[in-house]
Amino acid sequence: MSDLEQFRRETRLWLEANCPPEMRRPMTSEEDTFWGGRNTTFSSEPQRVWFERMRDKGWTVPHWPKEFGGGGLDPEQTKIVRQEMAALGARQPLTSFGISMLGPALLKYGTDAQKKEHLPRIAAGLIRWCQGYSEPNAGSDLASLQTRAESDGDDFIINGQKIWTSYANYADWIFCLVRTDPAAKKHDGISFILFDMASNGVSTKPILLISGRSPFCETFFDDVRVPKANVVGTINRGWDVAKYLLQHERAMISGMGERGVGRPLGQIAADSVGTDEHGRLEDPILRGQIAAFEIDEAALACAAERAVDLAKAGEGHPAFSSAMKYYGTELNKRRYEILMSAGGIDALEWESERSKGGARPRAWLRTKANSIEGGTSEVMLGIVAKRILDLPGA
Amino acid sequence: MALVLTEEQSMLRDSARGLISDKAPVSHLRQLRDAKDATGFSRELWKTFAEMGFSGLLVPEEFGGSDLGCVEAGVVMEEIGRNLMPSPFLSTSVLAASALSRGGSAAQKSEHLPGIADGSLLASLAIDEGTKHRPLMTRMQVVRSGNGFRLAGDKAFVIDGHTAGLLIVAARTAGAAGERDGLTLFLVDPKAKGIDVERTAMVDSHNAARIKFDNVEVNADSVLGDVDQGGVLLEGVLNIGRGAVASEMVGVAEEVFGRTVNYLRERRQFGKAIGEFQALQHRAAQLYIEIEITRATVLKALQTLDANFEHAAAAVAVAKARAGSTATLAVQEGVQMHGGMGMTDQFDIGFFMKRARVCQEMFGDSNFHADQLARMKGY
Repeated sequence: MSDLEQFRRETRLWLEANCPPEMRRPMTSEEDTFWGGRNTTFSSEPQRVWFERMRDKGWTVPHWPKEFGGGGLDPEQTKIVRQEMAALGARQPLTSFGISMLGPALLKYGTDAQKKEHLPRIAAGLIRWCQGYSEPNAGSDLASLQTRAESDGDDFIINGQKIWTSYANYADWIFCLVRTDPAAKKHDGISFILFDMASNGVSTKPILLISGRSPFCETFFDDVRVPKANVVGTINRGWDVAKYLLQHERAMISGMGERGVGRPLGQIAADSVGTDEHGRLEDPILRGQIAAFEIDEAALACAAERAVDLAKAGEGHPAFSSAMKYYGTELNKRRYEILMSAGGIDALEWESERSKGGARPRAWLRTKANSIEGGTSEVMLGIVAKRILDLPGA
Repeated sequence: MALVLTEEQSMLRDSARGLISDKAPVSHLRQLRDAKDATGFSRELWKTFAEMGFSGLLVPEEFGGSDLGCVEAGVVMEEIGRNLMPSPFLSTSVLAASALSRGGSAAQKSEHLPGIADGSLLASLAIDEGTKHRPLMTRMQVVRSGNGFRLAGDKAFVIDGHTAGLLIVAARTAGAAGERDGLTLFLVDPKAKGIDVERTAMVDSHNAARIKFDNVEVNADSVLGDVDQGGVLLEGVLNIGRGAVASEMVGVAEEVFGRTVNYLRERRQFGKAIGEFQALQHRAAQLYIEIEITRATVLKALQTLDANFEHAAAAVAVAKARAGSTATLAVQEGVQMHGGMGMTDQFDIGFFMKRARVCQEMFGDSNFHADQLARMKGY
């Protein structure tokens, strides 16, 4: 048996022995996601047990170095852990922007002190992060951001406003883009800085969305004092860090299209619209839409697997995450259009207990943000045209 | 297994690409078409294919082949697709070779496989009967006659059937149309009495045939595999063919895409390259993404055929469905973005459009495979 086969066997055995049965069921509500953080609570005992076991093994971040609380696994081993977790239906023990976004940027651009301070706390779920990127006048044109950081000795004094800050009202720290040189060209005067959301002068205000929920906030900075040592990368070169992080953010968002909602769509639809004497969906056009969707869903999973393998072989294109982000988010919107269609009038209930407080229509509406957040579909296509296809003037 | 080509597979791709783009670029197909060539492909080039080991790629070593897998066959098919090379590679080296090596008796293998490997034997599968690919609907009648059988019925879309020296024919020995049980595959000599072969030049200037079987007598030794149990063998062989054609379509799509993006850079209107217009940039980007995603599904299907043959059906359905829709999109965008030039016969783009249409139809179109997938998943 090769080392990898041996590793797969051990991984499977360990997961089977350690993942509580409750943590192998598809997530059905927002409470099923564990985000970590200072004020965190577990929604159930199995959630706590599963998180702590994975944390102790370093598998909240299996691919990070052990010294930062990771599992120290190589890419092949990491892939095996993911595959075996998927095979078991195991939930992510910890969901965190620290893992999916800030971590990779710190590993690449952070100082040793920054890595030592932040990475282990991310891995252990102690600190919950939010992302201060968009502003009211800097959406798709992110580099036109105006939040200012003015030098004051060893500190910066930060003033301005962010918007669409996911879960800022629950976050402990923020990674934030600020303008440190207003005279420079727009991409050249930006810095990437970290600070505590408990600092004086930080306030947040949730934004009510069409789903009736408020996953995003407006975030205000009023003379917030932050040490210059908290800048990641070089001062005024924050755009490099920002772009690198965006690649990871886009990869994370594209993953939403890959992730099944538990039961296959065909079965969900069969339960609600019924089947004919051959077991086929009563609505033949819906059946065709589901089949076409499942083909594209399987295709996206193949492409994601291949993107990882290409990157490993040094043949990946850094902008390919934009392609995946575009496709994955459009696909996820399609999934929920089908779910709404399959659910018929049942999927229209907004408040009843029967509908778990309108879980499906609220999730459906939430997906409409997928192709906006982290860069719109149109911006993604522009990036592909410019950076991969090298089309002129793009 | 990593979802990328291995070093050996990349080398095979380079050598196939070198040979095919040199000896059989699109102009080669155009010449054959314009000359109304009776064969429709170059026998000389087929000889070179055999010498380079391509024709026996799926043939076991003991019969003179190189015993490679579906991924390797797909690698060659993709280069064929890029250049629209007409050749018996699909009919003979992929389909017939797979049918014989998977279902053949020792005697059948040693009689036919060496000829496939050395390029001397061309062979075709005769499956389709109706206007759409529905292998389980096979109705061709078989009656037992003495020690053997008599075949009666018509076959259509027999790829390269006009040049075949051996036909592999699907017929119904039991059961009713629609059932998997009761299908049997027969090895039939196309020169046998009662066979009428009509070459059908197709829209893509490649070849197929309509073949009539008027009570054709075959002996008991000509059964490939087991009587009544040919359905599983046929389905497996068709899946290999589907993976191969999906690869060809990736080649078609990518070549059209490359030519189209070049045109977007060069063609100027309103004082700038048309590739500067966002309407075209976004469509080009979408097409690129579709092609990359489809490429991943096709490689996945081919790898699964090699590693886990019995469980490859879903991956193959996904790949063939995706390849069909992606190639269709690519050739349509290709013609549209080339404007009036795309509509001319002088320009090559139309050849790709025609080939994509034929490949889409071959062994089940995107709708067929979507339906297959839905059945597999039970809805």
